[in-house]
Amino acid sequence: MEQVRERPVLDVSGLPSVAFGKSNTTWLANVLYMMIEGTMFALLFASYFYLRTRTDSWPPVQDPPLLTYGVINGIVFLLSLIPARYAQKVAPTGDRGRIRLALTGLALFAIVNMVLRGFELANLNCRWYDNAYGSIMWSLIGLHTGHLITEFIETVSILGIAFTPKMEGTRLADVAINSDYWYFVVGSAVLMDFIIYGTTRFL
Amino acid sequence: MAISEPIVLPHATDEVRLARTWARPRGFWGWFMNVHHTAIGVRFMVTSFIFFLLGGVLAAMIRLQLSRPENNAIGPDLYNQIFTIHGSTMIFLFAVPMMFQGFGVYVVPLICGTRNIAFPRLNAFSYYIYVVGGLLLWVGLFLKTGADAGWFAYTPLSGPQFTPGKRSDFWAQMITFTEVSALGVAICLATTILRQRAPGMTLNRMPIILWEKLVLSFMVIFAMPAVMVVSSMLLMDRTINTQFFNPANGGDVLLYQHLFWFFGHPEVYIIFLPGAAIVSTLVPVFARRHIFGHLAIVTSVVATGFLGFGVWVHHMFATGIPQMSASFFTAATLMIVIPTAVQFYCWIATIWNGRLQMKLPMLWVFGFFFVFLIGGLSGVMLASVPVDWQVHDTFFVVAHFHYVLIGGALFPMFAGLYYWVPKITGRMMNDLLGKVHFWLFFIGFNMTFFTMHFLGLRGMPRRVYTYPPEMHWGGLNMLASVGALFMAAGLIVFIVNFFQSKATGTLAGPNPWAAGSLDWATSSPPPEYNFAELLTVNGREPLWDNAPNQPIVSGVRDDIPEVLITNSLDSEPQHKDEMPGASIWPFLTSITVSIAFIWSIFSPWGIAYGAIPVVITLIGWLWPRGHSPAPRQPALEGRWSK
Repeated sequence: MEQVRERPVLDVSGLPSVAFGKSNTTWLANVLYMMIEGTMFALLFASYFYLRTRTDSWPPVQDPPLLTYGVINGIVFLLSLIPARYAQKVAPTGDRGRIRLALTGLALFAIVNMVLRGFELANLNCRWYDNAYGSIMWSLIGLHTGHLITEFIETVSILGIAFTPKMEGTRLADVAINSDYWYFVVGSAVLMDFIIYGTTRFL
Repeated sequence: MAISEPIVLPHATDEVRLARTWARPRGFWGWFMNVHHTAIGVRFMVTSFIFFLLGGVLAAMIRLQLSRPENNAIGPDLYNQIFTIHGSTMIFLFAVPMMFQGFGVYVVPLICGTRNIAFPRLNAFSYYIYVVGGLLLWVGLFLKTGADAGWFAYTPLSGPQFTPGKRSDFWAQMITFTEVSALGVAICLATTILRQRAPGMTLNRMPIILWEKLVLSFMVIFAMPAVMVVSSMLLMDRTINTQFFNPANGGDVLLYQHLFWFFGHPEVYIIFLPGAAIVSTLVPVFARRHIFGHLAIVTSVVATGFLGFGVWVHHMFATGIPQMSASFFTAATLMIVIPTAVQFYCWIATIWNGRLQMKLPMLWVFGFFFVFLIGGLSGVMLASVPVDWQVHDTFFVVAHFHYVLIGGALFPMFAGLYYWVPKITGRMMNDLLGKVHFWLFFIGFNMTFFTMHFLGLRGMPRRVYTYPPEMHWGGLNMLASVGALFMAAGLIVFIVNFFQSKATGTLAGPNPWAAGSLDWATSSPPPEYNFAELLTVNGREPLWDNAPNQPIVSGVRDDIPEVLITNSLDSEPQHKDEMPGASIWPFLTSITVSIAFIWSIFSPWGIAYGAIPVVITLIGWLWPRGHSPAPRQPALEGRWSK
């Protein structure tokens, strides 16, 4: 016999199964992840300035890193915000064509960023084993490059999904969240550039 | 969200479908595919308890060696490895994985009233990566590559100059494994607590244990990166010749200590706060009343979370830091006593005004009161710089932190185990054996560690493998070693009790303690979907406070593993999420990540080449299978709504 019972109910059957923005759980997880990574950057920044107090001159013996590629890459990073924001705008519409366009643009920017990062690394005017200054600068830029590569792979993977019918529902929210992470990559790049290119010259 | 008039609900068919939807994978590979929080939570508990026993064996070996002067049972090299791996195991492989991950992963979703933890695959991955980290450290020991520079591996001792070989590298990479695990679980727990609480469980009604797990998750998020950064720096100094800690090339050994203790002191609270949360959960249950000072306790937990980050330099009083710094960190250290004291007074007031039932878990809570209080008082002594200088690196410090850590974590852990094992296994543990366990452990613990205060005051330094008879430390050391035998006997009684009760114990039923939180609103052990009916909440102790006809949630699908997402503040239903199902990919990813991490110990290219399979398994993990649930009415908000 079927068990029956009388109780008032809170009916949630009409609620959506996909959410964009801050009610999305992946959005929250992404924010928490950025807090972890942000703490890592903050600790490396703190270590950078701590080590600076341990020597008489900074950089100790070398010239500061070459400004040219750092500045160009910084500008490219800032311009890449355009496709990232565009991806976020078109994601809720579910228009796969425009999503593909936005993600392709973002991936291309990331490729340019990575190439320019290679030039930056070749012109830091120090090696990681020279002294503590070199060690902390390579660690900072290495940590950021790791994020850049990770974000590139993530963008390309989502782009791959966008070429399939699976780009629907929660995957659309993932497109928007991917852009949030790109903002973090850009923000940390600008801050890092200021520290390794700016403070070595002006502070 | 409107609540309807009473309606008739057919339930029997729902449960059959729920069981089918949430069914755990079977068979050998099914074990590796399981992502349900109850299974992973139990695995964290069992694995960390095994590491606890292994760490205990090392502790027994330390006590054997120190039991009499000029003992030759263990040589200095092995002794260094033993005390290092004992400390590292107890902190990184037992205390945090048991108190934060184990209890958190098992209990939090149940207390939230939801069907699984948020991001269950990340949660499962976090378990496997933790196991590999633990094995790495222990395999190292058996290969005579056991870490030997102390559990905090200070430079320059742990650096390339003074510890050649791979001992410190194994330690440093073990840190990476265990911290990735803790960070993964922190994300899962924080999201579960903020987004998956039962409707009606507003922040104001949120049980203290959820508050504590939330604060703890944020402490993990802000503290663990520090030890990952510093252990990576150590590893790079050792493998690719970076110069972070080499003063000859602009490096600084104190940078290591700053970064380590920026993690290390919050870590103490990451270990203690779960214990305090267990106490805050158990005291009202056994005092048969709501907790006194809910708001004061929550405020104290949050305050501890903040203050815990402002005291790290008190571990460095003997390093020659400026006097102003020492004074500041003395004040900060004394200040952190206040929120702990507030919690103590609230627990006492709850017991004072309640009708105390002195059941087995409560015995361990009283043990906690006694032991942790002594540890706290010796902590106040150590916060004073002149005292700290006198007893720095002596057994007084060893006594202090064992009182704090065993008092703050182990006693509440046993209280929590005696309390929740009936939920996990469905059977009660034997009361008499539990009491024998308690008294053996309590007496043995105090024999061992109270004695160490006097050894420290008489000048016995920590980390010496032996001592001459003329120092007259032999008698007290023998007493401490005999105490260790009592503790070991107590643990054996506990293990016997566990297996015996698991097989033949009295059936527990859903709520053997007549407790008020939602974890007791389901059968013991819980079904694979946790709750047949998703409940709403009307108070801080839902099972005590809810109306007889408290509404239940209807409309969450039972043909897919769906959970209800509520908002952070008011726990209002917002939308529904389909949970990821069982998958082998988290396990495979943990293997590829482990290969990359371990490879990096031997070659810097390990990370670069090792990253390729990591990426492949990650794509396998995240690549969508099947159809995402169609958006019925996409919830647009914030900047996406324009």
